[in-house]
Amino acid sequence: MAEKIQKFFLPTLAVVVFLMIWQYAASHYTPDLFPGPRDVFLAILELIKVGRLWKDITISLTRFSIAYSLAVTCAIPLGLFLGRCRPCHRAIDPVVQLLRPISPIAWFPLAVLWFGIGNTPAIFIIFMAAFFPMLLATISAVRSIPAINYKVANNFGAKPALVFLGIIIPAAFPGIMTGLHIALGTAWIHLVAGEMLGADSGLGYLIIDARNFLRTDQIMAGMLLVGILGLLLNKLITAGEQFINKKWGINAQQ
Amino acid sequence: MVNGRTPKIRLLNAGKSFHTSSEAAHVALAAGNLDIYEGEFVCLVGPSGCGKSTVINLMAGFEQPTEGSVMIDGKPVLKPDPDRIMIFQDYGLFPWKTALDNILFGLKCRGISKAEAKKRALAALSGVGLSAWAQRHPHELSGGMKQRVALARALAVEPSVLFMDEPFAALDAFTRLHLQDELLELRKKRKITIIFVTHDLDEAVYLGERIVLMAPNPGRFENNITIDLPYPRDRTDKHFDRYRKELFEAFDLVHKEAGRIRKEAEGIQEEGSGI
Repeated sequence: MAEKIQKFFLPTLAVVVFLMIWQYAASHYTPDLFPGPRDVFLAILELIKVGRLWKDITISLTRFSIAYSLAVTCAIPLGLFLGRCRPCHRAIDPVVQLLRPISPIAWFPLAVLWFGIGNTPAIFIIFMAAFFPMLLATISAVRSIPAINYKVANNFGAKPALVFLGIIIPAAFPGIMTGLHIALGTAWIHLVAGEMLGADSGLGYLIIDARNFLRTDQIMAGMLLVGILGLLLNKLITAGEQFINKKWGINAQQ
Repeated sequence: MVNGRTPKIRLLNAGKSFHTSSEAAHVALAAGNLDIYEGEFVCLVGPSGCGKSTVINLMAGFEQPTEGSVMIDGKPVLKPDPDRIMIFQDYGLFPWKTALDNILFGLKCRGISKAEAKKRALAALSGVGLSAWAQRHPHELSGGMKQRVALARALAVEPSVLFMDEPFAALDAFTRLHLQDELLELRKKRKITIIFVTHDLDEAVYLGERIVLMAPNPGRFENNITIDLPYPRDRTDKHFDRYRKELFEAFDLVHKEAGRIRKEAEGIQEEGSGI
């Protein structure tokens, strides 16, 4: 019972309180300046009615999936390689550390110059946001594999392919998964930025477009949708992570 | 030479030292000779720093001697070999694999067909009494069970030598006694050569046919004690007690000597710092 209260009742209460504070704060302003929850809800309904909502969500999610998968396919193999090859890691590390602190948004002017307005700049920026957390997590996951695993594999005469597929990948998997989780968050944050700056569709564009028409209710609707979708994506990857941690015997922290 | 046989494992003037950049080389094992015969159960005992882990790692091929050579079956040991499996104190099980899959891994490395591997892995698991735990992951097993799985994984590939590096040191006293008996029981079926590193003198007298006592500073072979008692041994038996006493006395000498050398070294340092 206490568990149930903690898991469902308290979060629901928090949402209700949040909505109440929002409503209260909004009541001091005109809806054009600070729309309340009701106005935003109506704005979402309107977006559904004109058929825009699903289109923008689909476009955003498609871009996100492409950019995220692209980052996975680049960062993980590179991370596995650099994690195993110490001299290579030493050589490349300064470049990585130089590029990593540059906000993906700083790439925007170049991205638009190179790729024009459309899908590509947004995908590029999401990719940049996801790539480095994934890369660094993969490198550190590989490097923290206990030496005894290699010793055992070596003792039984495991071939290099088996060491790679049977030891390195599964042993690094929980660490890589943590990186994927972190990257998911940062990449989703930069989706909005990418679409605001260099696209003419998607949730980010929805927000910027609403601003151009001074539709503050739609701005907030867009923000809310980004938040909700981000929450769902996070739930999804957390579930995946917990499944893996359980299988690997790592105590999943709540 | 025991019965004029040729030794299975030979350390010929084998030694190991580490060269630190600053000062003189640290000698982990002073050059020494040791012969181990086929099917023998040899326990290596000694205080910390006596090089017993170095010896077992040299024999297993995880490390190379810096002088002399290590031979097994007449050939120098250059790398680890599946014919000689090491059992570690912290088990070395793969946490993402079930008990059964851990054992299958070893067999897979040997290129044994799936059906045959499965048969042998299940037999190995039942050999250590863990048939019911085949589908469990290591984190669901107790320490003793984990070491049984590691033992089953090793025995499944039918090695001729088992190296055991303080295998029961992390277990509680009861589990340790159980596993000692199980190890002797398993060895009855197939007379495998076992080199067993321990710092538990009772364990050494209970398990070993021969005990090699080692001394530190620098690590070296000090003494050979043959335990001429049949298995299973009785810890309360007076002969057992006699061997135990002999080993403890020998160990005490080594221990005192080590303490004296350490004190001397410290004394020199103190003098040095006084100047």
